[in-house]
Amino acid sequence: MTNLAVEVAGIKLKNPVLTASGTFGFGREFAELYDLNLLGGVMVKGTTLNPRLGNPPPRIAETPAGMLNSVGLQNPGVDYVIREEIPWLRQFDVAVIVNVSGHSFDEYAEIAARLDGVPGVDGLEINISCPNVKGGGMAFGTDPKMAAEVIKRVRSRTQLPVIAKLSPNVTDITEIARAVEAEGADAVSLINTVLGMAIDIKTRRPVLANIVGGLSGPAIKPIALRMVWQVAQTVNIPIIGMGGITTAEDAVEFLLAGATAVAIGAGNFCNPMTAPEVIKGLKNWLSQEKIDDVRELIGGLKT
Amino acid sequence: MIKSVKAEIVENKPIAPEFFRMTLKAETLASEGLPGQFVMVKVSPNLEPFLRRPISLHQINREEATVSLLYQVVGKGTRLMSETQKGKVIELLGPLGKGFTWSDSDRVVALVGGGCGTAPLVALAHSLLEDKKEVHVLLGAQTKEKLVCEEDFISMGAKVKVATDDGSYGHHGFVTDLLKNLIHDVALDMVYSCGPLPMTKEVVKLTQEASIPCQISLEERMGCGIGACIGCVCKVRTKDGAFTYKKVCKDGPVFKGEEVMFDD
Repeated sequence: MTNLAVEVAGIKLKNPVLTASGTFGFGREFAELYDLNLLGGVMVKGTTLNPRLGNPPPRIAETPAGMLNSVGLQNPGVDYVIREEIPWLRQFDVAVIVNVSGHSFDEYAEIAARLDGVPGVDGLEINISCPNVKGGGMAFGTDPKMAAEVIKRVRSRTQLPVIAKLSPNVTDITEIARAVEAEGADAVSLINTVLGMAIDIKTRRPVLANIVGGLSGPAIKPIALRMVWQVAQTVNIPIIGMGGITTAEDAVEFLLAGATAVAIGAGNFCNPMTAPEVIKGLKNWLSQEKIDDVRELIGGLKT
Repeated sequence: MIKSVKAEIVENKPIAPEFFRMTLKAETLASEGLPGQFVMVKVSPNLEPFLRRPISLHQINREEATVSLLYQVVGKGTRLMSETQKGKVIELLGPLGKGFTWSDSDRVVALVGGGCGTAPLVALAHSLLEDKKEVHVLLGAQTKEKLVCEEDFISMGAKVKVATDDGSYGHHGFVTDLLKNLIHDVALDMVYSCGPLPMTKEVVKLTQEASIPCQISLEERMGCGIGACIGCVCKVRTKDGAFTYKKVCKDGPVFKGEEVMFDD
């Protein structure tokens, strides 16, 4: 019997595969395609205090082995999420991690407080790395002092496990990871999207209405792996690794680099069955390799 | 219900310069698909191009359990589609989105198609004629040789008029000129439209002036195609006079003409 179960920040996952925030909505669409009970966990769409309209279209641009997006956190607001989405997700035996996105320290703290104690919420992923909103998001995640302050404020308002989602758009990601660990983050997730752009040469205009957007997909996998590895060398809290995972082999790479769990992001778009296929593939790979516990892989990189 | 489907290509051939028609053996899509709905086509077995391509259902054949997709080769993805051989199996997601609707009280309707936007109107015309509506079809194309589906509509029993940009066939000018005349001559209960944005805007304007309800099918770059990524949105009026963003893939692709706000 192969063990796939892991624990991240006190959250028990039946397998180490989650779906990444912003690529999976609140799970309703994918529930039509497969049984969400198969998943280790669901990280729901970035949730703000008040409903947000998001950015004007076009919001999507395909790029080599990936895509840019500038959705800009369109979401119905935390109260709606608590009232309508979380109760629906409770029917599944799957960890639910709410992605919390703010524009101010107070907003992050207030959202965290409102989600504290809500039945069905297993943890908070604090999004200090969204590249698509002005005056917030990534600004908090690219400065270690700001990042630390967000985590400190959130920490003081919730009993839930706090996971800091880190931005790759920094010179030294380990500095941010250390800062959030010091303020009580129970885990880190990385990476969010890499800031990029695309140009339509016919019109000489940017493809995205927002001009810049976040790059995701297999194109960013090497960056994500490198950062997971660097952070794993630096902090003692667990890591949820993400960035371009589309196969079980990709997931194994992230585990070896030091991630305790992984998340599927843009991979959900190119093939909506990616997450269950990665879980199945991981199980097969482990039994082929005669490894009876997935946890043996975590941080197993030989250098 | 969204399904992940593997379908065999029964036919995939050019029907006009740049235009291809792909017919697929796909039982669930044929039995559940509705005019105006679309599928997300995985155009390559590997990761490049990364995203699936949204293509509308062009023909829905319940008896033969097939659906057809009519597409224009405009980039990498559609080029790969056009190179995929008969007999191959491709992956699709569908049927997706909200399609065109009609009611018993609608008797006389007009379908306005521009370029590749003509594709979903074929399935629509088929259903409307089955429902005994009087169907007028107005087609716009750049040139005579890029005009598609005219015979399909005629053989079904629709009344067809054509406009070309260069005057090589039919009316020399825009398809919306034809709509203007038709609105003048015939009492229309509903207008359905699918085509380039300038055409769609003009159709909305003309129908609103004449107080005729109108349904428009929109196109937008899509990530997931099922409503999860919120990548493909359009501006829709809210009751308080403001606007919200709705998902083209899930709330559409067909919208009421009056609800969509166009940026000029």
